[in-house]
Amino acid sequence: MKIHEYQAKEIFSRYRIPVTNEVVCYTVDEAVAAAEKLGLPVVIKAQVLAGGRGKAGGVKLARTKADVPELAGKILGMDIKGYTVEKVLVAQGVKFSSEFYVGLTIDRNSKSVIFMASSEGGVEIEEVAKDNPDAIHKFVIDPDLGLTPFLARKIAFALFTDFNLVKQGADLFQKLYRIFMDTDSSLVEINPLVITEEGKLLALDGKMNFDDNALFRQSAIEALNEPTEDELKELDAKEKGLTYIRLDGSIGCMVNGAGLAMATLDLIKYFGGEPANFLDIGGSSNPQKVIDAMNLILSDKNVKVVMINIFGGITRCDDVARGLISALEKIKVDVPIVVRLSGTNSKEGLEILKQANLPIVETMSQAAQKAIELCGKN
Amino acid sequence: MSILVNQNTKLLVQGITGRDGSFHAGKMKAYGTNVVAGVSPGKGGSAVDGIPVFNTVEQAVKATGANTSIIFVPAPLAADAILEASEAGIELVIAISEGVPTLDMVKVMPYLAKKGTKLIGPNCPGLISPDEALIGILPGNIFLKGNVGLMSRSGTLTYEMVYQLTSNGIGQSTCVGLGGDPVAGLYFLEILQMFQDDPATEAIVLIGEIGGDAEERAAQFIKEHVTKPVVAFIAGQSAPPGKRMGHAGAIISSGSGTAEEKIKAFEQVGVKVAKIPSEIPDLLKQVMKK
Repeated sequence: MKIHEYQAKEIFSRYRIPVTNEVVCYTVDEAVAAAEKLGLPVVIKAQVLAGGRGKAGGVKLARTKADVPELAGKILGMDIKGYTVEKVLVAQGVKFSSEFYVGLTIDRNSKSVIFMASSEGGVEIEEVAKDNPDAIHKFVIDPDLGLTPFLARKIAFALFTDFNLVKQGADLFQKLYRIFMDTDSSLVEINPLVITEEGKLLALDGKMNFDDNALFRQSAIEALNEPTEDELKELDAKEKGLTYIRLDGSIGCMVNGAGLAMATLDLIKYFGGEPANFLDIGGSSNPQKVIDAMNLILSDKNVKVVMINIFGGITRCDDVARGLISALEKIKVDVPIVVRLSGTNSKEGLEILKQANLPIVETMSQAAQKAIELCGKN
Repeated sequence: MSILVNQNTKLLVQGITGRDGSFHAGKMKAYGTNVVAGVSPGKGGSAVDGIPVFNTVEQAVKATGANTSIIFVPAPLAADAILEASEAGIELVIAISEGVPTLDMVKVMPYLAKKGTKLIGPNCPGLISPDEALIGILPGNIFLKGNVGLMSRSGTLTYEMVYQLTSNGIGQSTCVGLGGDPVAGLYFLEILQMFQDDPATEAIVLIGEIGGDAEERAAQFIKEHVTKPVVAFIAGQSAPPGKRMGHAGAIISSGSGTAEEKIKAFEQVGVKVAKIPSEIPDLLKQVMKK
């Protein structure tokens, strides 16, 4: 889950990390009032849950009184990577000398939280990682010890030479680590972290992503969630135990397990078809899941054929078969269905499906080819 | 021979009284796995499928000598269950639970290292040494005893591959489902080393997927330490960009994570990569002839 810049900075503030003076505005009038209160110049920034706002023209500097309504009016309602800008952040303009990047994330290889720091702040860090990976310093944090003062100093010394800045930085980095741990984050970033004219460190921008698996114990974070229409569909699916991602093709897919679902999409493409969705019905199953999954697939009007590829482990094939039969009784399915069932209780499952007269194939390659063939006819 | 689990495995099932725990305890026992005990706090003294249930792992280990544990408890409780097994001296823990918070796993890891406990998972299907022991939710009937070691980041895709192998008369020494979570226990490098050292394994199948750089690291490891033939498959070749790699992974691995890069990494070290799952048996036959 992601949150907006202003929400991340509100959390930073609560931990006494210095951020810019700023106001969230939903209308041009609010932006004008905010600029008056903060004093010119102000930076007007689109608040959307997508990266690359600057490049898309969603971040502008307003120097004069007249700039504010004009720029705020342009940015509000703007489309950035499929997100409509509904609010802007009006932030006091700050004069600063240098820009840095600092961030925390989980590192799969060391199985730890790592701290990343770079003197090349203010640009997209992915670009730095690609072009100049040595410019990013990485520090592994021992979960038993946390971010100790000495390690925080070590990170700060990698960025600053002035000892006053080192002290400020070490303190700020420890706070940032506490935020990461307290909120079950998967990513916390300040980019850029700047040195103001007064020689103070200040978070000019902020970004936070969270571990979806931990939201059950982070109700304050979960309350900030603003899912898009597609994400609402995905969330609704998740509540039913399904993972759904809509794609652009016409072959609806119902698969158990993410890896097999991915391989199924690969296979459809390999044989020349286009999948309509990624849909993982997950591990332990009950018949209701299959009904929900079928409804979800058919809610996409592009779907011309449904391919079901189940390899039973914890999922029992007889559960899937029963769910499919009752789904077919409850909802009108006017597209052909191709079924492939193997694994746990597959014999029982195939027996149940025989009654429904569904085309059953033995392998997933056959299923994909059959689905493509039926798709062409339909 | 085989790796990690065999006839000496004495299995404990944590969360044995739940729907999945009880179902799969029965399945594992029916396969021939030596399931010696179950744990379910508050249900000690009862039995599931003739398997005695204890309140704590410590009691279960004392009474039965269990040396391996499989975890079916709900995700919010899984990290604690792993710690309990480790503390009681269990040597190998297999965590099936799906949806475990990442930081819970980060906090568990140093303790496991200190105690020398091996972990597989979480969010994994388990492992099997055919005809010796099945520890997990894998459908036992698709496996065939033989000399190919298989490891995979995905559950059902593992079954798919094994089904292809078995249908072609290619048996397996051990098949390990590693799980797909960002922070997990044993991974490609450790398992590659075990297969390399296992006299019963003659060839290795590695099934990866997009995201992270585990496959790239595995390719490097194979080049330096593995003399047995390896073939691979990467899932997610058609995955839409943006839906796959978190920003964070991209930073750490300097932009790796796509299927193309992983396939390239393998091919550069002489590992053949199957385009679709059904090519795996032929590739194996080719490399094993040599």
